[in-house]
Amino acid sequence: MSMLEVKDLSIHFGGVKAVQNVSFNIDAGIVYAVIGPNGAGKTTLFNLITGVYKPTSGEIKLDGESIGGKSPNELATRGVARTFQNLQICMNMSAIENVMVGAHLRLDRNLIKAALRLPTLKKRDAEARAEAAELMRFVGLDAFVDARADAMPYGALKRLEIARALAMKPRLIFLDEPAAGLNPKETIDVDHLVRKIADSGVTVVLVEHDMKMVMNLSDRILVLDYGKKLAEGTGEEVRRNPDVIAAYLGAHA
Amino acid sequence: MLAQFLQFLFSGVTVGATYALAALGFTLIYNASNVINFAQGEFIMLGGMLAVYFTQAGLPLPVALLLAILIPAIVGILVEKLAIEPVKGAETVTLIIITIGASLVIRGLIQVWLGKNTFSLPAFSGDEPIQILGATLLPQSLWVLGVTALVVIALWYFFNRTLQGKAMLATSYNRVAAELVGINTSWVLFMSFAMSAALGALGGILVTPITLTSYDVGIMLGLKGFVAAVVGGLGNGLGAVLGGLLVGILEAMGAGYISSSYKDAIPFVLILLILFFMPRGLFGGKSTDRV
Amino acid sequence: MKKNVYLGLYIVVAILLVLPFVVPNSFYLDLVIRMAINAVIVLGLNLLIGFAGQISLGHAGFLGIGAYASAVLPTHFGWHPVVAMGAGALVTAVLAGLVARPIFKLKGHYLAMATLGLGIILNIAIRNEAQWTGGPDGMPVPTMGLFGFELASDKQWYWVVALLLSVSVWASLNLIDSPFGRALRALHGSEVASQVVGVDVVRYKVAIFVMSAVFASLMGSVTAHYVGFVTPNLADFFHSIELVTMVVIGGMASVYGSLVGAVLLTALPQALATFEGWETVAFGSILMLCMIFMPKGLVPTLAAKFGKGD
Repeated sequence: MSMLEVKDLSIHFGGVKAVQNVSFNIDAGIVYAVIGPNGAGKTTLFNLITGVYKPTSGEIKLDGESIGGKSPNELATRGVARTFQNLQICMNMSAIENVMVGAHLRLDRNLIKAALRLPTLKKRDAEARAEAAELMRFVGLDAFVDARADAMPYGALKRLEIARALAMKPRLIFLDEPAAGLNPKETIDVDHLVRKIADSGVTVVLVEHDMKMVMNLSDRILVLDYGKKLAEGTGEEVRRNPDVIAAYLGAHA
Repeated sequence: MLAQFLQFLFSGVTVGATYALAALGFTLIYNASNVINFAQGEFIMLGGMLAVYFTQAGLPLPVALLLAILIPAIVGILVEKLAIEPVKGAETVTLIIITIGASLVIRGLIQVWLGKNTFSLPAFSGDEPIQILGATLLPQSLWVLGVTALVVIALWYFFNRTLQGKAMLATSYNRVAAELVGINTSWVLFMSFAMSAALGALGGILVTPITLTSYDVGIMLGLKGFVAAVVGGLGNGLGAVLGGLLVGILEAMGAGYISSSYKDAIPFVLILLILFFMPRGLFGGKSTDRV
Repeated sequence: MKKNVYLGLYIVVAILLVLPFVVPNSFYLDLVIRMAINAVIVLGLNLLIGFAGQISLGHAGFLGIGAYASAVLPTHFGWHPVVAMGAGALVTAVLAGLVARPIFKLKGHYLAMATLGLGIILNIAIRNEAQWTGGPDGMPVPTMGLFGFELASDKQWYWVVALLLSVSVWASLNLIDSPFGRALRALHGSEVASQVVGVDVVRYKVAIFVMSAVFASLMGSVTAHYVGFVTPNLADFFHSIELVTMVVIGGMASVYGSLVGAVLLTALPQALATFEGWETVAFGSILMLCMIFMPKGLVPTLAAKFGKGD
């Protein structure tokens, strides 16, 4: 059984069919990429699977259990994490607090205990802070452990989102264009980082425009165009697919 | 039975027309700037109070009324220039506080100038009630409804048939795009405040012969106009008018059939019910946040 | 959020310990007590507005529930003041909880409208149920007593209120630097990001709304017993606005800003009383000027100026 099974998934916004009858499976432990021209429905697909949008029709199963229409916070309890194409960093918090929020479900969220600052909560919070600092170093943000989020450069914020997602200790992570807007050096760093995440046993689903990175990292690739599935397979299979070539040449012509 | 119902309906529609004008004012400003102008009610008060002042000062009625519309419009422009423009892009809470500050200043100045008394304005064409199926209708109610209808038609024409009106509409849909095609969006903001202040003042003038006025009537009238705008789906002009009439009618019916002491609570009960069950108002569209 | 934020708490406690010995007369002691009461309410409201980013224009309504519970229940039903106070808080919690769920599916202006409507309805009810509440004229409140000890003098009230304030500051500081508090701030910073890490945003908004409402209700009871008289003005729209203004002027998402805002705005009407008739104008002008030139509020603006984090 695949970890994630998507069957005939569709969503319509008014008359716009942003995603139409898309089906695919993702096995545990692989790096799975979703590519396609701008407006192909990649981010919408992510929003559907992570519960930000509710599907108009179709089915999404995680470990064989239907999760279609579940809210994002319910999905988080099942080990699904994600980052955003347009940064969603909490600028009203420090960098490390952003990462600590990622550990939300693993911490004691009791209001009364928090207000009284009970020793158990205080101790666990200190551990969470240490874990978050460790994660920041893991994603290469050593220099920003004490920084305010709103004082960090764009490239660092991209990685801060990844650190926050990892703080959830997810089994499945969705990365929405982690290298968008980064310079070549930063792109290579993110490339390595995604590899490290995959090696640690987390299943990675990736939307990315940087083809070199996609081909380099992915075990399987899904190609979307106008909200429909155009092709799916290994990098080699996708690269040779005439429909894909046409769509890409069309998009770039 | 019918007579009583008609009586409540007449008074509801009359007050509702004032709410409709206030709601249109909220809508205009909201569309141009995303600001909810909590000073809107003060323009209603200003219109009524200034009309009283100028007629008592001996000015002919038409001149007095014209001044009572023009001056609030200028005040509206001042509020926009001095208080709203300097804080473009501020948080919603900040903007709400600023417009509340403006409303306090306006109300305070009138209180200092004209005192705390309640004033009335003579009806425009006599007080002889008209009998309809056993209910009575004041001639002034006809003035309120007639002028409101004219204003709604004029606004419709302005927004759909004139370049300036279309420019204002375009700005409300997408400010950046409007600027790119050469629309002067700060002029639009300026116009929105002037127009909504004038609309509020007009409503205040028309209804004063029926409801009387004093320096502190603005808060409730403004809040009810806001309720009407939200009932109509914030930002929707036609919705605002219908919302105003609906709020006015329900208020009059509630006061008549249920409890007159809870009259002022009725619009707010209504708004809570609507927000609970149809969060975007009766006539508001659906929208999806982009992530 | 570093350790030194608690430094401010020690300063607050120190000031509170010294104050009663330096205030020149009972007039100022009364002023200080009212400042401290407002500060506790504003701390709760700032958790909602400043930290969680949700507005409420109806908090005076909750304050009114507490105040009138403490006035009506002991007077008409002979309840013990402490029980009445608890009952007020309970009613507030239930009411706030009931309306909060649908309200917090709304955003921005709709939320402002819903809370405003709720506050106005509560106020109108208080004004109209004259047989219980005394209507627009208000009603007297029996004195507060506990274990045979009567809270009567201003000095006694001062120590009670000072203790409440110190505990509230401490609890607020603790709360914002906890998993619960971080979740609140995160949903303000990015609602969708907080959702995908597992924060049930509606639940958190409801929780903080109810908590701040209960704060207001309890302090409403305290106000009622301290002043010895309640009027509907406690629960009116203008008072709701005053409370929000204290939050905004002191500084949103700033614990110490809440204190500064409460102190300044409580003192303001006293300071303006010399300008006979011009109070409203002055109050409005100060609100506007503050927001235009210091939209972040006093404490964060000054903290940024002197390079100290809050």
